[in-house]
Amino acid sequence: MLISPSPGPGGGFLLFRHFGPMPKLILGALAILVLALISLFIGVSDVTPMSLFSSSPDDRPMQVLLISRVPRTLALILSGSALAVVGLLMQMLARNRFVEPGTAGTVESAVFGILVITIFWPGSPLIAKMLAATVTALMGTALFMQILRRIPLRSTLMVPLVGIMLGGVISSITAFFAYRYDLLQTLGTWTLGDFSGVLRGRYELLWVSAGLVGLAWLAADRFTVAGLGQDFTTNLGLNYRRVLTLGLTIVSMVTAVVVVSVGSIPFLGLIVPNLVSMAVGDNARRAIPWIVLMGAGFVLVCDIVGRVIRFPYEIPIGTVFGVIGSMLFLYLLLRRRPANG
Amino acid sequence: MADIRAQSIPAISPRQVLIILAALAVVSIIAFMVIGAKGSWSFILPFRGTKVWSMAMIGTAIAIATVLFQTITANRILTPSIMGFDALFALVRTVQVFFLGGLSYAMLPDQLQFTYETAVMVGLSTLLFRWLFGRAARDLYLLVLVGIVFGVLFRSLGGLMQRLINPNDFAVLQDSLFASFNTTDQTLLGISTLAIAGVCIWVWRLLPALDVLNLGRDTAINLGINYNRTVAQVLVIVAILVSVSTALVGPVTFFGLLVANLSYLVIRSHKHILILPASVLISIITLVGGQVVLERVFGYDTALAIIIEFVGGVVFIAMLLRGGRT
Repeated sequence: MLISPSPGPGGGFLLFRHFGPMPKLILGALAILVLALISLFIGVSDVTPMSLFSSSPDDRPMQVLLISRVPRTLALILSGSALAVVGLLMQMLARNRFVEPGTAGTVESAVFGILVITIFWPGSPLIAKMLAATVTALMGTALFMQILRRIPLRSTLMVPLVGIMLGGVISSITAFFAYRYDLLQTLGTWTLGDFSGVLRGRYELLWVSAGLVGLAWLAADRFTVAGLGQDFTTNLGLNYRRVLTLGLTIVSMVTAVVVVSVGSIPFLGLIVPNLVSMAVGDNARRAIPWIVLMGAGFVLVCDIVGRVIRFPYEIPIGTVFGVIGSMLFLYLLLRRRPANG
Repeated sequence: MADIRAQSIPAISPRQVLIILAALAVVSIIAFMVIGAKGSWSFILPFRGTKVWSMAMIGTAIAIATVLFQTITANRILTPSIMGFDALFALVRTVQVFFLGGLSYAMLPDQLQFTYETAVMVGLSTLLFRWLFGRAARDLYLLVLVGIVFGVLFRSLGGLMQRLINPNDFAVLQDSLFASFNTTDQTLLGISTLAIAGVCIWVWRLLPALDVLNLGRDTAINLGINYNRTVAQVLVIVAILVSVSTALVGPVTFFGLLVANLSYLVIRSHKHILILPASVLISIITLVGGQVVLERVFGYDTALAIIIEFVGGVVFIAMLLRGGRT
């Protein structure tokens, strides 16, 4: 699709064979740029390169571009890449390929936090909602990690299963209170990812997640080590608890920011790292740039599909990605398992 | 078989348990009819009577479907709704509105629609089941996870199609897909009752074979059961029951799991002739009694579904951590 990295040293597409990793990354980045440009010029309002040039900066096309289209495209790139990287982080920390914020109770806890602050402080600013969501997301994820330690013999598939169920339990608590306070409808906007409401002034928080992703990249090696277990980490002279806390904080904060600004996108953080690792292997520092690109690309494509398929109406990305994401998840689950006769 | 505990404590036989459950069910039904009743009985009786009746039908459908499904899959953690069957029925319904359009959908007689949808559902769920259990046969966790993800897929596909149809059609559909035990779809009550009655007779004739299935596939074949035929029949029954309950109330994930496991717990026998009635009675007690307690005592109304999801989720996690197969 977007990237065509070689599966091994000898393989790969004929065209790319003589390129090292850098040129391939540049090609990937170019693909994202093209997608971003397409994303900028899709919509009901007439915004084309032609209309931009032929009208003055104060006219409608330029205003639409600056107030609505550019923020939306940026929000797509930022949240897609951040969710994908955070998924990788979760997978390293929980030592399980099928874990991501959506299968560990993190997203559901974040939604719970937003609900609580909405009940006690209606009309609170986005930043307050984000902080509340971060706190509860951190608590929920920590609870999940606690439960993981109770599982004596970890089956790989049991871990996401427990996480999904934990998420279900947390969202039923949320639904209960939302029901009591007549907020069920509002709840929908946080649980279903949708970029159609993104405007200038309402997405800037997402830059925080870009900073956090940068931090994750810098500390990537520590997380790789922490993923090998407490004893091993301590043996190498790292403070296991501190690394774990840092990782979980990054995960919770990014999840909170994305859920507050655009809602959740199911399975994104699970699929992208798995597909990338099938192509370029498990070295986190090498994989992260690819994960960033592919996460952004995935979200851009799904958003474009959602805007085009029923033009002039829009289909939220949560729905589009729910279909594509769950199919890819099924593929990841069922591949390499031969039919049992 | 009498174990040591049963000898030391004066044992309650499964039959006595059934009698107690039946009494509790009657008490909760009477409580639902009587408590807080103001006004003329000629209004209250039919009004509340229909509600109780539909709750009883939903409870029966979910309980029997879950117990039978657990018998053919030989474990106590899988249920039709966890495997995504509910979501599949909702999708079948959406697809129908999608291709027919809301108006012609609303003009078709409900009973006809329902029969047709159930037929489609029987076919699709049998296919899904065969495919899943053929591929993932022995890995329980894989099965559950795949089932859950299929549920997400069906729901998202449904969501996508709902966005693609026009808003008027969507309104027709939305009515029929939202879960609440209190405001069930009354028009389908008659045909649902018929379907459930028919299924009960069918299950009655299958009872001996079902008990043998509990011994495992190989033993069952050895004892002269036509295994594939019996499983196929049970699948058809489960699909019909899931259609009935989803059409009446909408998707409820964990209710069946709770009810089935509670009845294994109180009955302590593997005979379906004891377990099936027990699970039906327990689900009636839970639905009707729970509704009474919530509605009349605490003054909440439709939150019962949410509470069941909460308790069910906790129980499910506990069962997963314990290993699932016990």
